[in-house]
Amino acid sequence: MADTSADPVKRAARDGIALGVAVGTSGLAFGAAAVASGMSVAQACVLSLVAYTGASQFALAAAVAGGGNLIAGTASAVLLGSRNGLYGLRLASLLGFRGPFRLLAALGITDESTAVALAQPAGGQPGRAAARAGFLATFGSLYLTWNAGTLAGALGAGRLGSPGSFGLDVVGPAAFLALLWPRLRDGRTERTVALAGALIALAATPFCPPGLPVVLAAVAALGAALLPAATALSPAGAPGPPGPADAAGVSGAARAPDAAASAGPADAAGERSGR
Amino acid sequence: MSATWIAVLVTAACCYALKLAGLTVPPRWLAHPRAQRFASLVPVALLAALIAVQAMGRDESLALDPARLAGLGAAAAALLLRAPFLVVILAAAGTAAGLRALGVA
Repeated sequence: MADTSADPVKRAARDGIALGVAVGTSGLAFGAAAVASGMSVAQACVLSLVAYTGASQFALAAAVAGGGNLIAGTASAVLLGSRNGLYGLRLASLLGFRGPFRLLAALGITDESTAVALAQPAGGQPGRAAARAGFLATFGSLYLTWNAGTLAGALGAGRLGSPGSFGLDVVGPAAFLALLWPRLRDGRTERTVALAGALIALAATPFCPPGLPVVLAAVAALGAALLPAATALSPAGAPGPPGPADAAGVSGAARAPDAAASAGPADAAGERSGR
Repeated sequence: MSATWIAVLVTAACCYALKLAGLTVPPRWLAHPRAQRFASLVPVALLAALIAVQAMGRDESLALDPARLAGLGAAAAALLLRAPFLVVILAAAGTAAGLRALGVA
C-alpha cells in the first residue's frame, strides 16, 4: 500500500503521533496499577513525568504492591531503564541534538521514540530531519497521552476493565515488530542480530530478574559488531532482497537501508531511485 | 519522607540519568567503526528481545498466551501484506481482543 504523503518528515510525524497515542493509553493501566499497589496519585504521576519509561514504572509498582523489598524493586526498575541509555548511544548521532535541548530530548528516549526514529529513511540532512520529526512526534504524543492516562487511571483505579480485553497488551509488541520490520528486510546481519537477541532474552527470562534479559540481548549486537565474519555480511556487502521499495507500511522506511551501519549513501540512493 | 517516596524519586532520577548519559556520550568514544556498528545494532537486538519477552514472557517465566501470540501473528501477516502502520496495530489488538471475547483463547 503506497504512502500518499511524499514528505518523509510529515510521514514520520504522523506515524509517531499514531504510535504515541496508541501506546500512551496504557498509561491508564499504569495509573490504575500504581494506586492499586498502594502508591499515591502523586507518586504515580511523578514516575510518569520524570522516569517516563513504562516497564520500569510497572516494575516499581509491582514491588510496592508486594509490600516487599523496595531496594530490590528500585534496582529492577533502574535495570529495566538501562536500555534507554543504550538507545541514547544510537540516537545521539542519529538525531544530532546539541546544547541544552539534549536535556529535554533525553527525557523522550523510550522504546517507541527510538523505534520510530530508526525506521526513518537514512542519509544526510533529510534523513536527520525525518528521524527528528519521528522522535519528537512520538515523544510529544506519547508523553501527553501517557501522563494524562496515568492521572486518569490513578484517579479512577478499579473502574477500568482489564487492558487485555481490549487487546492493549499486544499493541506494544505489534508496534515494535512493525517498526523493526524495515530493518529486518535490510540485511542478513540485522535479521541474525534480531533473532539472536530474541533468543538470548527468552533463554535468560526464567533465570533473571525482569529487565535483565532484554539488556543481555545487547550481547547479540556486540557479537555482530566484533566478529569479522559479521562485518562481511553487512548490508553493503550482502544486500537483502531489493523488493519493491514502496512496500514499507511504516514510513516507507524500507527505502533506507541502514542509518549508521555500513550501508553507504550509494545503497540508499539506489533503493530510493528504485521506488 | 516515606520509603515509597524515596523509591519513586530514586527510580525517576536514575531512569532519567541513564537516558541522558547515553545521549551525551562524547562522539569520539563512538568514533571507532566497530563502536558505531554496535550502537547501530543495539536497538535491533533490544527491540527484538522486547518483542519476544512481551509476547512470551510473564514476570520471570515464559508463558504462552494464545490470544497475544495470535495478535502478533496477525501483525506479521499485515506487515507481509504491506499494510500501513495503524492497520498493523489494529489487526493485532483486534485479533487478541476478539479471541478473548469469544472465549477461544
